[in-house]
Amino acid sequence: MAPLTVTAMATANPLGLGLAETWNALRTERQGLRPNDFEDADIKTWIGRIEGLDTEPITGELADFDCRNNRLALIGLRQDEFEQAVASARQRYGPDRIGVLIGTTTSGILETEWAYRRRVSEGGLLPLAVRYRHTQNLFSVSDVVRRHLRLTGPVASISTACSSSAKVFASASRWMAAGLCDAVVVGGVDSLCFMTLYGFASLGLLSSRPCRPCDEQRDGLSIGEAAGFLLLEREGTHDDRLRFLGYGESSDAHHMSTPHPEGLGAVLAMERALERAELKPIDIDYINLHGTGTPANDLAEDRAIWKTFGERTPCSSTKERTGHTLGAAGITEAILSLLCLRHEFIPGMVRIEQPDPQLRSSLMLRSESRPLRRVISNSFGFGGSNCSLIFGKRP
Amino acid sequence: MEFWVIGIGIAGPGLDGWAAARPILAGATEYRPTPLTPPIPQLLSAAERRRCSQSARLAIAAAQDALLAGPLQGEAIATVFTSSDGDGAITQEICESLAGAAREVSPTSFHNSVYNAPAGYWSIATHSQLSSTSVCAYDVSFAAGLLEATTYTTVERSPVMLVASDLPFPKPLYGIRPVEESFAAALLMTPASHPGACMRCEITLTPHQTITEFPAAIPESLRSNPAARSLPLLAVLARQAADTVRLEYTDETDLVIDCEPEGD
Repeated sequence: MAPLTVTAMATANPLGLGLAETWNALRTERQGLRPNDFEDADIKTWIGRIEGLDTEPITGELADFDCRNNRLALIGLRQDEFEQAVASARQRYGPDRIGVLIGTTTSGILETEWAYRRRVSEGGLLPLAVRYRHTQNLFSVSDVVRRHLRLTGPVASISTACSSSAKVFASASRWMAAGLCDAVVVGGVDSLCFMTLYGFASLGLLSSRPCRPCDEQRDGLSIGEAAGFLLLEREGTHDDRLRFLGYGESSDAHHMSTPHPEGLGAVLAMERALERAELKPIDIDYINLHGTGTPANDLAEDRAIWKTFGERTPCSSTKERTGHTLGAAGITEAILSLLCLRHEFIPGMVRIEQPDPQLRSSLMLRSESRPLRRVISNSFGFGGSNCSLIFGKRP
Repeated sequence: MEFWVIGIGIAGPGLDGWAAARPILAGATEYRPTPLTPPIPQLLSAAERRRCSQSARLAIAAAQDALLAGPLQGEAIATVFTSSDGDGAITQEICESLAGAAREVSPTSFHNSVYNAPAGYWSIATHSQLSSTSVCAYDVSFAAGLLEATTYTTVERSPVMLVASDLPFPKPLYGIRPVEESFAAALLMTPASHPGACMRCEITLTPHQTITEFPAAIPESLRSNPAARSLPLLAVLARQAADTVRLEYTDETDLVIDCEPEGD
């Protein structure tokens, strides 16, 4: 594929608001997780939570969109002069030539969850005040982003579970290749809600401690919330050093909620990403793992990496710092991977007490500064949806 | 962008399978509203069949139908799934559980609650390890899915199956999202002319104007289903005559599909 240039990025994640805070936390190995204090969810687990979501309602002409998830989206958009970068692109291309693709898994379902709880105490119908279209529906986050940024190009939400905001890069690349757009705002936004906390708990997939991906004693994931956005443009007009080089998509065709034990779908996603970027495994300097911290996921991904890259390529999971931000994991880890490229830095897995001896890939236990030219970031989701992304930087 | 249609699937009340629905949509046979029971996908293992959600059954019914006419196997086809609302019954069940004292969520319901559950079951059923994307754009989800599938087939030069489906919401969720009937449609598309193609379609984005109406036979109750917004296009495919369909996409833009018959 023709590489795309990353002209702007913005993040709000459990490590911080904005790239500077996030990079500082990554570099100094600061954790983003804390004991679960989400509303009255009585689950013994740790979460990655964003401050300010309870106290900063959306007002004005977008007030109908007010809900935790869309508040998080707008907080994300306000970081890192992203709005200014989009405004500048709007000047260059026109608002109808810029697309919007946002990944999410639960959107504003929290509003509906509260409505059901009020209904149980009050009886009868759901309060009509539930603004289904503007909160719960998966499209609402893409809708609020395009309205906030005053863009009128193609738009959709992508929801493929935990690969959602990695898949947005693949679709955006196709939109650009087909000539539908001159730039695309890709992103991912997912926020804490009862459904994911109790749902993952029901599957026995939540750790009672801060998650420890790739540790021998790992016992599940920690849920986080995040918003992240990138502005992708064609190369040659407005180049930055950071580039999006390729994507690989696949389906496990195996099981709804557990990965193929040999990671076959993950292998296909990584191989297709390499092929599309016209690279060989040896060209990749760092692998940002999906690495959720569940026993089955980490083992399957390790086997896939062993098969694709052997034991040479350094890898780590940043979810031990951010938690698993679900539909925002793809974009959050894309941004972390790009920060790693920019600063030539590999974050170590500092929470590992005893590396799992079954895992054969080259896990980075300590953070390390070293030259990086290209990185791959993995995102895998329920339904067997896999997506790998390759980023690089211009020498 | 252009694509060729080599298979069409449909599952809806009174529109049970393309063979039966085609003369109705072409205006040759009268529409009779008969309730739809989406079949349990026989391609799945017994365990997967038990777990399979209503939304997955509905989407798979249409997707299977679209494979019937064609020479392609599901294994060789990438997919784009689209739905405005996912599975309202599961949303309802989980929200009710969360409102109760115990807050116990069924593990099966939780994994079925992901929006890409129909895509996941379809890939398991067909053994397709190719790309699958699930896109949502509220009421215009069919148009967004059609654009996504067209872009996919054009850029990746690979066949793609578009599957659009939406289910009625149970009460009380119905009060905030009044969708009444189940409906699903599927289009199997190729990037180039194909011996099995029945129509060549060219798709363009143009400023919003008056959109193509539903076929006259389609009752009001079905028109509230977002996936049923595919019916103006399906009616042209049924008539197998050159025509232009205009579908609402964004507030500013429509998808215009120029259709030219192919083959016999």
